[in-house]
Amino acid sequence: MDFTLKVWRQEGPDFKGRLVPYAAKGISADTAFLEMLDIVNERLIEKGEEPIAFDHDCREGICGMCGCVVNGYAHGPEAGTTLCQLHMRHFHDGDTIYIEPFRAKAFPVIRDLVVNRGAFDAIVTAGGYISIRTGSAPDAHAVPVPKENAERAMDAAACIGCGACVASCPNASAMLFTSAKISQFGLLPQGQPERWDRVRSMVSTMERAGFGACTNHGECEATCPKRVSMDFIARMNRDLMLASLK
Amino acid sequence: MALDSKVPEGPLEQKWDSHRFRMKLVNPANKRKYSVIVVGSGLAGASAAATLAELGYEVRCFFYQDSPRRAHSIAAQGGINAAKNYQNDGDSIFRLFYDTVKGGDYRAREANVYRLAQVSNAIIDHCVAQGVPFAREYGGLLDNRSFGGAQVSRTFYARGQTGQQLLLGAYSALMRQVAAGRVKLFPRTEMLDLVVVDGRARGIVTRHMVSGRLESHAADAVVLGTGGYGNVFYLSTNAKGCNATAIWRAHRRGALMANPCFTQIHPTCIPVAGEHQSKLTLMSESLRNDGRIWVPQQKEESRAADKIPESERDYYLERRYPAFGNLVPRDVASRAAKLVCDEGRGVGPKVGDLRLGVYLDFADAFQRLGRGVLDERYGNLFEMYEQITGEDAHDTPMRIYPAIHYTMGGLWVDYNLMSNLPGLFVIGEANFSDHGANRLGASALMQGLADGYFVLPYTIGDYFVTAGNSKVGTDHAEFRAVEAAAKGRVEKLLGIKGKRSPDSFHKQLGKVVWEFCGMGRNDAGLRKALAEIPKIRDEFWQDLRVLGTADTLNQNLEKASRVADFLEFAELMVRDALHRTESCGGHFREESQTPEGEALRDDEHFSFVSAWEWKGVGAEPELHKEPLKFEWCKPSQRSYK
Ligand SMILES: Cc1cc2nc3c(=O)[nH]c(=O)nc-3n(C[C@H](O)[C@H](O)[C@H](O)COP(=O)(O)OP(=O)(O)OC[C@H]3O[C@@H](n4cnc5c(N)ncnc54)[C@H](O)[C@@H]3O)c2cc1C
Ligand code: FES
Repeated sequence: MDFTLKVWRQEGPDFKGRLVPYAAKGISADTAFLEMLDIVNERLIEKGEEPIAFDHDCREGICGMCGCVVNGYAHGPEAGTTLCQLHMRHFHDGDTIYIEPFRAKAFPVIRDLVVNRGAFDAIVTAGGYISIRTGSAPDAHAVPVPKENAERAMDAAACIGCGACVASCPNASAMLFTSAKISQFGLLPQGQPERWDRVRSMVSTMERAGFGACTNHGECEATCPKRVSMDFIARMNRDLMLASLK
Repeated sequence: MALDSKVPEGPLEQKWDSHRFRMKLVNPANKRKYSVIVVGSGLAGASAAATLAELGYEVRCFFYQDSPRRAHSIAAQGGINAAKNYQNDGDSIFRLFYDTVKGGDYRAREANVYRLAQVSNAIIDHCVAQGVPFAREYGGLLDNRSFGGAQVSRTFYARGQTGQQLLLGAYSALMRQVAAGRVKLFPRTEMLDLVVVDGRARGIVTRHMVSGRLESHAADAVVLGTGGYGNVFYLSTNAKGCNATAIWRAHRRGALMANPCFTQIHPTCIPVAGEHQSKLTLMSESLRNDGRIWVPQQKEESRAADKIPESERDYYLERRYPAFGNLVPRDVASRAAKLVCDEGRGVGPKVGDLRLGVYLDFADAFQRLGRGVLDERYGNLFEMYEQITGEDAHDTPMRIYPAIHYTMGGLWVDYNLMSNLPGLFVIGEANFSDHGANRLGASALMQGLADGYFVLPYTIGDYFVTAGNSKVGTDHAEFRAVEAAAKGRVEKLLGIKGKRSPDSFHKQLGKVVWEFCGMGRNDAGLRKALAEIPKIRDEFWQDLRVLGTADTLNQNLEKASRVADFLEFAELMVRDALHRTESCGGHFREESQTPEGEALRDDEHFSFVSAWEWKGVGAEPELHKEPLKFEWCKPSQRSYK
């Protein structure tokens, strides 16, 4: 298959970026999207041009390192798929493909398609944990957890922290990410003691980091490669209200 | 050099307890005066960094990703073992110990493995308390499954994302310490070298991957939790960034490298699709609990799977190993797959002259359990398979083939997890310690967390007290020298200005080691590899092309530096494989097999750990041996018939 790429190139945070066209010719349909970029990069190196910088690591959809906006969609047009798992068979021969970095005030561009998502770590630092010292835990069976709650907690915990929710939200909101972590712990008995402090602290850190508010567009849920549900946002808002009454 | 394993005296069950009692304690008021560098934020690194900080030490944690949560432990799917015996099916600490030593084909240290089994239960307790959402039964208690060769159900899991959930647990503990101001994180920072002063590890030199800045960091101890070296094969199930640089640089500074030829091939990966392939994806072997593995009886079969009648299928694992069937250990399952494919009975597209794939078929399980149950167990794996291959495993059997997955070898450590260099500790996959020549499924997560949460935090204190509180700062001449050498190397890589990309050399190296030091190894092949590798290395240093500069994000510079280390590491791995003329675990020397084609150990000559000492590029390394004695677990020929 042959493609025309329009790739965002930007030398550094303080440089102006621009879309640069590249030809990607002779790509087999079984190639993964990032492998297609590998091929393009190898050809650039051959020509003596600097390759395109993009983040990636596991290449199996779990580390959350990869992610670009492809034809206007974070991680590309396939639902429930990270960019590293997207395969070229989902495109048509001759397509023009636009590849841009995740854009949000809280995610400054580092170079080309690489952005800084450190703000997510800051949100977790503000309370995304259960305070338990190593060696002090009771037996794992001391507190049974209803299967249903465990499953819901797992649904929330499936978030890979890639930032696609932020990139796709018109307000660049991080509500889906933040609410998923808060809900995971809120659904489990272990998470109860710190429940109200956690929601207050994580939400205020999120707001200070420069993420926007949620106005129920639903783009986050639609683009989330792990299909994390917006129900968690409602749950977080409920918790936040209850916390303010405590 | 005499290798002292420092295994405590006394009965097996009491070694760890009595050792913990004998170890010296750091006065609580003094703990903050000791600083620790932890390289790695995977299960091993994050759990260690968090626990050390809880104890009061000053901790700095380095990793090459942008967030500690992205370490490669995140990708583990299947589960984590513990000797809880919640299923009441006869499990015990001793049985987990015994299975691990036996599974490792009697090439691990008994005392270490016993301790691992002992602390396994505390890991589960701790992770549950952290909020790790393990799978549960309807009664609300934890569910277990049987995994890769175990006859008891001792594996705890969180859907197909156990590694992710355990790592997020360790990450949350780590971030709690970051919030408390006791851990400082260094994201996108790669360790380029170890600094050793008067024989003691005193710090590291790093490169910040965005600014390119080289920095020295001094501490009272350095802990490496930098993962495995599987990417020496280029294609593996490891993340693209996984590398041997940290352990290899430590090796060049005097740390011994143990059993580098012990690498594990995982039987259930998605087969290679073509030249563009950049990595291989694992399908959790828990699939083998319900899937049946088969190939056509006839060579060059052209019919689709569903057109081949039962009578013309060969369920070769069930046929050859009636007791264990599809659940034989990884090395046995992998070799059996290679054998049938080499016979011309493989399935899927041709790669070269052969079809490198076998079927993993769920048709029976769908009938027996129904689609709902299977989707609950493996839904995300089926989805992943479809994303990659475009095929739906509900309708047609999966195709799988073995791939490099885990490396048992690593830096040599004693019972305290300290290398032969005082002050350098090595944890997780980066050390060689507990899995012998073959790791059992769901035991790496257990080992990484055992090392980080429950072993190192004790042993490191004893080192601080014993070694004394003398300090060496980054103004020491050795730091300056190591930093200058790192700078020189970066400039050299950029300055070659040849024609070939780092990836092209990496692929070339990978093909050589996979062919001659992969699933089957023999004298002639290994010698060939030993001749080839230095040639690739020479060419690399003459014809490498890295564009761009040193002071920006430069991903090809990072790659080049890692490939340069793989090119040296590979030679040692092959040398080790050549030296060990027995077969054991994942190391299959074709010259040493039973009449039935199973791995044949040579206990008389090879019951030892090979620990290699660096002597220079291209120079013959020196071999040191740590003899292995088996007092509680008598070596027998593994048999899964
Ligand atoms: C696909 C897959 C599935 C698996 N499934 C299972 C399973 O089900 N059960 C099981 O028990 N095991 C499983 N394993 C094995 C297990 O996941 C690993 O052995 C284990 O997670 C390794 O943990 P670690 O902490 O030692 O290293 P890693 O998690 O690999 O972490 C390494 C860390 O070191 C850092 N690092 C590396 N080099 C440098 C450097 N030069 N400078 C700075 N930082 C550096 C990285 O940034 C990272 O933070 C699986 C492995 C794979 C690949
Ligand atoms: S590279 Fe890990 S999720 Fe895509």
